[in-house]
Formats: sequence, C-alpha cells, structure tokens
Amino acid sequence: MGFKTPLHDTHVAAGARMVDFGGWDMPVNYGSQIEEHHAVRRDAGMFDVSHMLIADVTGPRTREYLRYLLANDVAKLKDSGKALYSCLLNEAGGVVDDLIVYFINENWFRVVVNAGTRDKDIAWLKRFAGPFGVDIKPRTDLAMIAVQGPNARAKASTLLGSHAAAAQELKPFFGRELGPYFVSRTGYTGEDGWEIVMPAADAPKFWAGLKAAGVAECGLGARDTLRLEAGMNLYGNDMDENVSPLESGLTWTVAFDPPERDFVGRAALEALKQGGVPRKLVGLVLEDRGVLRGHQKVVAPGVGEGELTSGTFSPTLERSIGFARVPAATGEQVQVDIRGKLLAARVVKYPFVRNGKALI
Amino acid sequence: MSSIPADLKYLDSHEWARLESDGTVTIGISDHAQGALGDLVFVEVPEVGKTLSKGGAAAVVESVKAASDVYSPVSGEVIAANESLGSSPELVNQDPYGNGWLFKLKPSNKAELEQLLDAKGYEKALEAEGH
Repeated sequence: MGFKTPLHDTHVAAGARMVDFGGWDMPVNYGSQIEEHHAVRRDAGMFDVSHMLIADVTGPRTREYLRYLLANDVAKLKDSGKALYSCLLNEAGGVVDDLIVYFINENWFRVVVNAGTRDKDIAWLKRFAGPFGVDIKPRTDLAMIAVQGPNARAKASTLLGSHAAAAQELKPFFGRELGPYFVSRTGYTGEDGWEIVMPAADAPKFWAGLKAAGVAECGLGARDTLRLEAGMNLYGNDMDENVSPLESGLTWTVAFDPPERDFVGRAALEALKQGGVPRKLVGLVLEDRGVLRGHQKVVAPGVGEGELTSGTFSPTLERSIGFARVPAATGEQVQVDIRGKLLAARVVKYPFVRNGKALI
Repeated sequence: MSSIPADLKYLDSHEWARLESDGTVTIGISDHAQGALGDLVFVEVPEVGKTLSKGGAAAVVESVKAASDVYSPVSGEVIAANESLGSSPELVNQDPYGNGWLFKLKPSNKAELEQLLDAKGYEKALEAEGH
C-alpha cells in the first residue's frame, strides 16, 4: 500500500481505479479517461494533486539562495505572488526535479515539487540551505486541488466565498493567500484554471462542493494526456538526472543572463553549449495508425536514432502524439519502431493543443 | 462485477472464445479486460489467412494508457477480422462480447476448446487476481 492523500477515501467511494504513482495510491480514472480529458478541454475538471509537495522557504536571504539553487532566475519575480517554472539541476547539469516557485515576500518563497521526488528534493534543498541561513519547511499539512478548464474559475468561485472576487483578479501565473486558501492561476493542462491549496482536513468537503458545482472528477490518466497535448514535460519521462534541460526542450527555462549569476549546474551547461548540444526534444505526430509510447525507437533517416520519452493517443486531435529525444540534426520526417514496424511520424512544434484549440 | 457470459470459454489472460454453429470460433476480450484497459484507441487485428497457434500473440489492443497483446485461445486459420474496429475501437469497450469481437478462426483442433476455462473457472481466476 502506498501513501494516501486526504482525498483517498473520496476517490475510492467515487469508484476510481487506483494505481501506484511515485509511491502514492492515486486515481487514474473514475470511468472514461477520454471523457475526463474532454471535460477539462470543454468545461471544467478537477484533479487531486495533494501528492505533490509544497515547501516553504523562509529567511532574509531566500532570494539569494534560490538564485543559486535554481536554473531559472527568481530575480524575474518582482511582484508578490508571481510564479516561475524552473529546473533544479545537479552539478553535472542533470535535472534533479522541475518545480514551480512563488514569490510571496522577501522572507518567504513557496516551491511545489513532484511527488515521486519529494524526499530527494527536500534533501537537495537542505544541502544548500546552510550558508544562506534559510529554513525549508515541507507543508504536509496541506492538500491541493487543481480546477482546470474554460469554466473552471467560474464554477470554483462559489466555493471560495468572500475570497472569490480576489481570486478572480489573479492574473495568469500569479498566486495569493486568501484566508485558509492559497489560490494560484496555474495548472498542467493548457487550460485556464486554478490550483487551490488548503488545510488537508478541508479537502473532502471542498472536493464535494466542486462536484456539486458541476466540476468533473479527473484522474492521472487524463492529466497525462492533457499535459502532453499542452506540450508540458513530465519529470522521470521527458527528463531526469542523466539529461540536461538543453536536451529536454527546457532551454527557455534556463536563465544564462546575467552571466555573473552562478547557479548549480551552470558550468556543466556552459560546457555542453560550447561543444554543441547533441540532442533535442521534439514533438511528434504519428502519421500512420498506431499509438506512440515512451521508449519506442525513433529513426531519423541519414542522421541517427533517438527515443520516445512520452507518447499517447491525443483525445483532442484523435491521433497519436509524443515527445522524442533525437539527434540535433533531425529534420521533419522520422520513423518510429512500433512492434517491429517502422511507421512514419512528423516532427512538429508543440504545444499540440492550447485553450481547447488544436495548434498542429 | 464484470459480466462473464456462461456460454463462452476463456483464457486467464482475459480472452473469450465462442464456438459458432458453423464450427468456427469467434474471439474477443472479456468485459473485465476492457474495463481494466480503459478507453481503447487502437486495435490491430490479425490478417485473414494467417495461421495462429494456441496461446500465441494474435492481436493488439491499445488504450490511452497501454498496449496489450491478445492471445489466441485455440489454434487455427484466421477467416475474418473485425475491420470496424479500425475506425471504432471503442466498440470493444461498449460491447466486448458482441460488436467488439476481434477475429474468427477455423479451428484446427476443436479439442483445444475443452481445455479452456468455463465461466465459473474464469470468475475464479479473476478472484485469484484480486478482483
């Protein structure tokens, strides 16, 4: 048996199919995964993301500490509540984890990290904390529900009572403490919506309220097809400790400027850039019939070989899409080895889908 | 509880086989299997004329989540494949024992049918798996 979120019994009572995810007992779907996917693209869906770890980083030198620890630069965070996506790198430039960091005030930043890496991440954060005198506090007392979709904010507002108006004013990629909640306009689906943090004990009632407001229960299955359509990386699939962000489609998240800012992994990334980054992460659309899956071999004719890092059937596009790590010189046409047959796939710019609209 | 029709034979790997009145055998996957896989999005059926052996990989069903091999419960030659699954793989979810059939065989050894599980045996196999 794995770890359980405060909503575990709620999921089981709703008839969810539970699976292990990074050591956590989580709902993969409540019925049709494809219907859950469409609910988020067309209306509103909710996900229990309480397995992810929230940690508060506090102390007067928190910004300085995070500027050294993160590959993206928290100097970009000037307004209270603003969020930033960043990789946490090791000295070799490999990805320890990816995370979201919120700037709340100069003495308090909040990070949200992946479930499967939480212990490793906390150890990593603490390892560098000493010289900066910052305190790292895992908030296992909190639960988090993501409400996503074009109607998500309207439907979830009713649950926030007197805080609804302030929540509605949040701009994309901003979060704010509102009474017992921390509401942020963020997500992992490519749709508008909020991620709402609350005391663990409040989560079952909040979830039931959202359900009554017409928000569909969605599992990790739909979460994965939504994030892939939205062109978002999944840690452990698309990048890990053995690969750099420059080969994972995450170059945009590495702040090389200003050049005088040192950060963990910087020297390794500079060396990699100098020698020429050998591989890149690309989006693929399968042109033949079949389904792309992680670890399938990709053949780039005349160039070399690569591998699918994620692949699925896209419910919105009704065809198969994926990410692959391939040689840097790979052109537009590749082949994918699916059960011994080489099928045609096209390299495309992603995201594949954003705000309900196909982009390819 | 998933449906397990009493007139069919089963493999513990969740395939069903039905002996038709003309002596052919129709094969599909069980209601339990379609539920466990979730929404099917791709089905690869065997080519007509192919010879299959009992227990050999015969077809592939893929859901959003994963791909699974389908094994032939008996040996024989493929005489028909359900081509409508090419555009409508969801038929397997909607009607696993009817319109969601996968392929038909002309069995080479009918005695192999007797070696398969009956409905009670399959139900026990599911219980043993913890369902």
